[in-house]
Amino acid sequence: MAQRFQLSHVMDFIIGDAQAERAVPPTGFTARLTLFAATVMAFLAVFALALSVSAGRLSERWSAELAQSATLRISAPVGQMQAQTDAAMRVLETTPGIASARLLTDDEQRALLEPWFGPDVPLESLPIPQLIEIVEADIGFDAEGLRLRLVAEAPGAVLDDHTRWRKPLAAAAARLWFLGWLSIVLIFAVMGAMITLAANAALAANAKVISVMRLVGALDSYIASAFVRRFTLRTITGAAIGMVLGVAVVLVLPAADSQGGFLSDLGFAGAGWLWPLVIPIAAGLVAFLATRSAANSTLKELR
Amino acid sequence: MIELEQVSYSYGEGELLSDISISLSAGSFHFLTGPSGAGKTTFLKLCYGELLPSAGYVRLFDRDVRSLTRDDVAEMRRRIGVVHQDCQFLDHLPIADNIALPLTVAGHSVRDDQSDLTELMSWVGLRSRAYALPPELSGGERQRAALARAVIMSPDVILADEPTGNLDWEMSQRLLQLLVELNKMGKTVVIATHDLALIRAAKSQVQARVLRIANRHLTVGADL
Ligand SMILES: Nc1ncnc2c1ncn2[C@@H]1O[C@H](COP(=O)(O)OP(=O)(O)OP(=O)(O)O)[C@@H](O)[C@H]1O
Ligand SMILES: [Mg+2]
Repeated sequence: MAQRFQLSHVMDFIIGDAQAERAVPPTGFTARLTLFAATVMAFLAVFALALSVSAGRLSERWSAELAQSATLRISAPVGQMQAQTDAAMRVLETTPGIASARLLTDDEQRALLEPWFGPDVPLESLPIPQLIEIVEADIGFDAEGLRLRLVAEAPGAVLDDHTRWRKPLAAAAARLWFLGWLSIVLIFAVMGAMITLAANAALAANAKVISVMRLVGALDSYIASAFVRRFTLRTITGAAIGMVLGVAVVLVLPAADSQGGFLSDLGFAGAGWLWPLVIPIAAGLVAFLATRSAANSTLKELR
Repeated sequence: MIELEQVSYSYGEGELLSDISISLSAGSFHFLTGPSGAGKTTFLKLCYGELLPSAGYVRLFDRDVRSLTRDDVAEMRRRIGVVHQDCQFLDHLPIADNIALPLTVAGHSVRDDQSDLTELMSWVGLRSRAYALPPELSGGERQRAALARAVIMSPDVILADEPTGNLDWEMSQRLLQLLVELNKMGKTVVIATHDLALIRAAKSQVQARVLRIANRHLTVGADL
């Protein structure tokens, strides 16, 4: 019920009061300025949004891939290999926060080495370390504690919990994410400033109209709404155009592939394509607030 | 209706109006005279809340103007019809829309009141000029249109500032008759004018009082 009520308000706002519209004559250049500013800013906002969303996705993927796993590498003289491996496995099994630990098979190890040594690695004759894949439980494990225990039980074991990879990557992704959002905030701030400027120009150009309307008994809200409605709808239109253009450009960016790395991964994925729809709505909100405050401060100076 | 108590007003340097007390009761008819620049328009502006007194009290419909919110002021202006000396039209709107503007801004659909509007336009003799823009009208036509706009909300009070300034004698007479008619319907009327002949002519039609502003003071003349 409450929602229906609000919807009818929104409809009234969009349809508007034709008579009030006619009372306030259109001012050409402010209309064009608003439309232009909204289009350009929305276009830029699409890229900033794509950057944020991509960075967010990337950091999630990296964390997910790296966070849940760790590797234990055992290098020992051939004679001690089996004993140390068994000892390490026993330690791992009794360490809280480790979901499972598994010895990599010869085939898997061979696959890892293949890029360096070719397909027919004589694994048996090489002193290569044994690898143990550790899958973390959700609570995580105490890497330092584990290292200490391993020093005693299996001195040839080296724990690689991937933090040294994860930390800088996550930090880089977080910075990109932050940069994206900062750009969006700045873009909308500039948009708000431009609309305030245009609205003030329109209000100044219509000073006489406003004073006559006031003289014949118009409420401030009535006069303001004629301006607010115009600027809001104009901004939404411009922002929608800019958004469509921006999305079109993101669409034709080269698709992500293994060679391109991060930059070619810029874009939206799946439901993420709905994100740009937020831009015209947010722009409309910015225009609404900017014009309303401009109109209110102009009206206050008039009795 | 409108009460002024020890009101003074100054636009900046020096008092223009000083210590004015007057009560315009419901259904009364007043003329306001005085030399040009004496402060007649200023007095009327105090009476509809466009200006606030520098000192003293102005009460409109028993409310102190200083206590009115902006929305109260707007509501109050729908109850006080004003014929402005300089008309105050929107030049890009046809005269019919200008006359209907108080209805429009009050949120009435003008279509509902279309017949009222047509009747009103005939009443002031502007029916055939409905689609003309204000700058295309003669001074007298504009003043008649201003009167039509002042009364369209059927206000309790009508303040007319030099409503006959641009009219010939015959037209002035007709306009006076319109205002007298409104007064007979119970409206409070104040007419600011230099035109002593008009005041004399009113003598036979209505019981009116003459207010005179000169040298910062308001004097109340005898009933006509
Ligand atoms: N907004 C203003 N700021 C400063 N001075 C003003 C303002 N409005 C009017 N005045 C001055 O106040 C004085 C009175 O003006 P007002 O318009 O009330 O006179 P009036 O009696 O209506 O004159 P008229 O018969 O010519 O219409 C004039 O000297 C005028 O110059
Ligand atoms: Mg005057």
